[in-house]
Amino acid sequence: MSDTVIKVSNLSKKYLISHQQKERYTALRDVLTNKAKSIGQRVSSPFRRSTPSTPSPSREDFWALKDINFEVKRGDRVGIIGRNGAGKSTLLKILSRITEPTKGRIEITGRVASLLEVGTGFHPELTGRENIFLNGAILGMTKAEIKKKFDEIVAFAEVEKFLDTPVKRYSSGMYVRLAFAVAAHLEPEILIVDEVLSVGDAQFQKKCLGKMEEVGREGRTILFVSHNMSAVSSLCTQGFVLLQGTIQFTGDTTTAVSNYLMFGTDSVYIRRSRKTTDYPVITKAWFEDMGGTRTSQYYTGEPVCLAIEFLNPDAVLTEISLSFWDNLRRPLWNFTHEMYGLDPIPGNPRTIVRIVFYPPTLTIPELLVDIAIGPRGGSPYYDHIIDGVKCTIIEKETTPVHRRYPAWPIFCKTSMSYEMIDDEKQEIGINE
Amino acid sequence: MSEETTLIIEAGRTEKHYWLDIWRYRELFYFLTWRDILVRYKQTAIGVAWALIRPFLTMVVFTVVFGKLAKLPSEGVPYPILVFAAMLPWQFFSNALSEASNSLVGNANLISKVYFPRLIIPASSVITSFVDFVISGAILVVLMAWYHFVPSWRVVYLPAFIIIAFAASMGIGLWLTALNVKYRDFRYIVPFIVQFGLYISPVGFSSTIVPGRWRFLYSLNPMVGVIDGFRWAILGGESKIYLPGFVLSMVIVGALLVTGIMYFRKTEKSFADVI
Repeated sequence: MSDTVIKVSNLSKKYLISHQQKERYTALRDVLTNKAKSIGQRVSSPFRRSTPSTPSPSREDFWALKDINFEVKRGDRVGIIGRNGAGKSTLLKILSRITEPTKGRIEITGRVASLLEVGTGFHPELTGRENIFLNGAILGMTKAEIKKKFDEIVAFAEVEKFLDTPVKRYSSGMYVRLAFAVAAHLEPEILIVDEVLSVGDAQFQKKCLGKMEEVGREGRTILFVSHNMSAVSSLCTQGFVLLQGTIQFTGDTTTAVSNYLMFGTDSVYIRRSRKTTDYPVITKAWFEDMGGTRTSQYYTGEPVCLAIEFLNPDAVLTEISLSFWDNLRRPLWNFTHEMYGLDPIPGNPRTIVRIVFYPPTLTIPELLVDIAIGPRGGSPYYDHIIDGVKCTIIEKETTPVHRRYPAWPIFCKTSMSYEMIDDEKQEIGINE
Repeated sequence: MSEETTLIIEAGRTEKHYWLDIWRYRELFYFLTWRDILVRYKQTAIGVAWALIRPFLTMVVFTVVFGKLAKLPSEGVPYPILVFAAMLPWQFFSNALSEASNSLVGNANLISKVYFPRLIIPASSVITSFVDFVISGAILVVLMAWYHFVPSWRVVYLPAFIIIAFAASMGIGLWLTALNVKYRDFRYIVPFIVQFGLYISPVGFSSTIVPGRWRFLYSLNPMVGVIDGFRWAILGGESKIYLPGFVLSMVIVGALLVTGIMYFRKTEKSFADVI
């Protein structure tokens, strides 16, 4: 039972990114205007050889995946981990045939079901019963299969009483439970799951993980994308670490997780995706010393300054949330505006925020930070970068040995400052 | 499910098994159509009645304007029946176009999260419009009873013309659907096409009033052939089909369907990226 069920060779995916365009789609109107403009130019200066052979600066190729190769054997449970924008979701989308690769080849043997979102295709007007059938069909179940599993699904979701109520009247918890229940009763040979467990309450998440483990024990092949390292560790037998569109590591889960935690994070975060959004996004984050120079290490006892640059196209009020972890991803301390009684950051298209922490004597080798940006009040986040940046902490010889691991939670003294940047072109001295 | 099929995903590989895939996804096809129909009649307060009121009122207006005021010839049948025999395929066609062209954009979340042959979505909205067609067909039956009008034996050919109406709706629908994903401002063009088409198609009047030398040109509108066919089958008697024009309409319907499917399939691959 060790035959290959998924074989990926030289897989690449390219996206074309338009910079200036704010709209997500092309309008025929714009296409026609541009055509007319170029004709007009040719007419007005017919002898000047136009030089549009150089690609226009507003469009740029972006390789979401570069030359990926891997094999998955029958019964493997593979966790795919990587930072935001590393290409995990693109990989899953290609494997589930939602989008086509630009180069390369994939061979898949067996029935595939992909679960990139819970409740895909749920219609608010339809009843729970109707949605079970509809969603089941969308996920690839046959009518007979759904009928056979119907009672099980209903029991799992705990919605017996509301079967004939339109789901628009469901509480969000019921909605998610029903959606996951349908997905959990899929019986494919290969299951592709994107981060879907981050919904629902803790108890339900546990139930879902349990169900996934059960599915795994039945010998099915699972590809699982998650930021939840403990879920990956407990569920998967193998781990792939994706970094900037390439596979950086494949091997056993424990090594993959620690590899990701150690090397998957840099001291500088730079948003890779160039897609324009209409909500705030974090574009860069880095550490600085007190003199304002970029750094990647601190001595124990030194204040730590984290700088975060973000775009805020609609200039709304924003708040930053941070979580600090040690190298084994044990929690150290958190930062929210509310905790420190800070006002939201005034709206501006581009802002750099600097937050200085005066931590107690840290005797840990590394500091990992999750960075999130949200509206006034903190959540729901517009952008959330898990394991965004890390820095090393160098121990001074004078550090007292009794403080090996700091007590948690630490309430750190902080100060915050921000700088509004109006000039779009101004670059800070960090290169990719 | 023990069949071991190996699926190969490659760049630019046009699926060899495309039509087979549609067959495999027939249950999804069924469920999506079923959903569209359910939602359509659940959401509107008057539900099914809507499928009856709209064509009925249009028919009344057309009968008054073209039959009573303009006194156009009626091929020897009561004018309301003349109008309604054309109203049926026209309503089907125009509903199908509007529904299909918005269908992909309306199902964007489905397209970016699940794979299935995308052709299913516009096809299912055409079928949903067909349900309206069947419902409003009841009006025609009532009209016939009211006027004591008995259709001739030619009515047995009606299914053939229904299939042609389907082909015309699918062909143009697919073009508009694919273009609407690519150029989002196409949604402004569709209502115009539908409204404009109502006047240049022989819905309120018989196509016999078009001067002979223009009739061939007039048949460039694919709905002319479809509507003439419906009238020929339903009205019987004096109603005749202008053959060269009918053939031209059919050729255009065929060409639109084939190119529509080709264009749709060509652009289908990138739907998830642009939608």
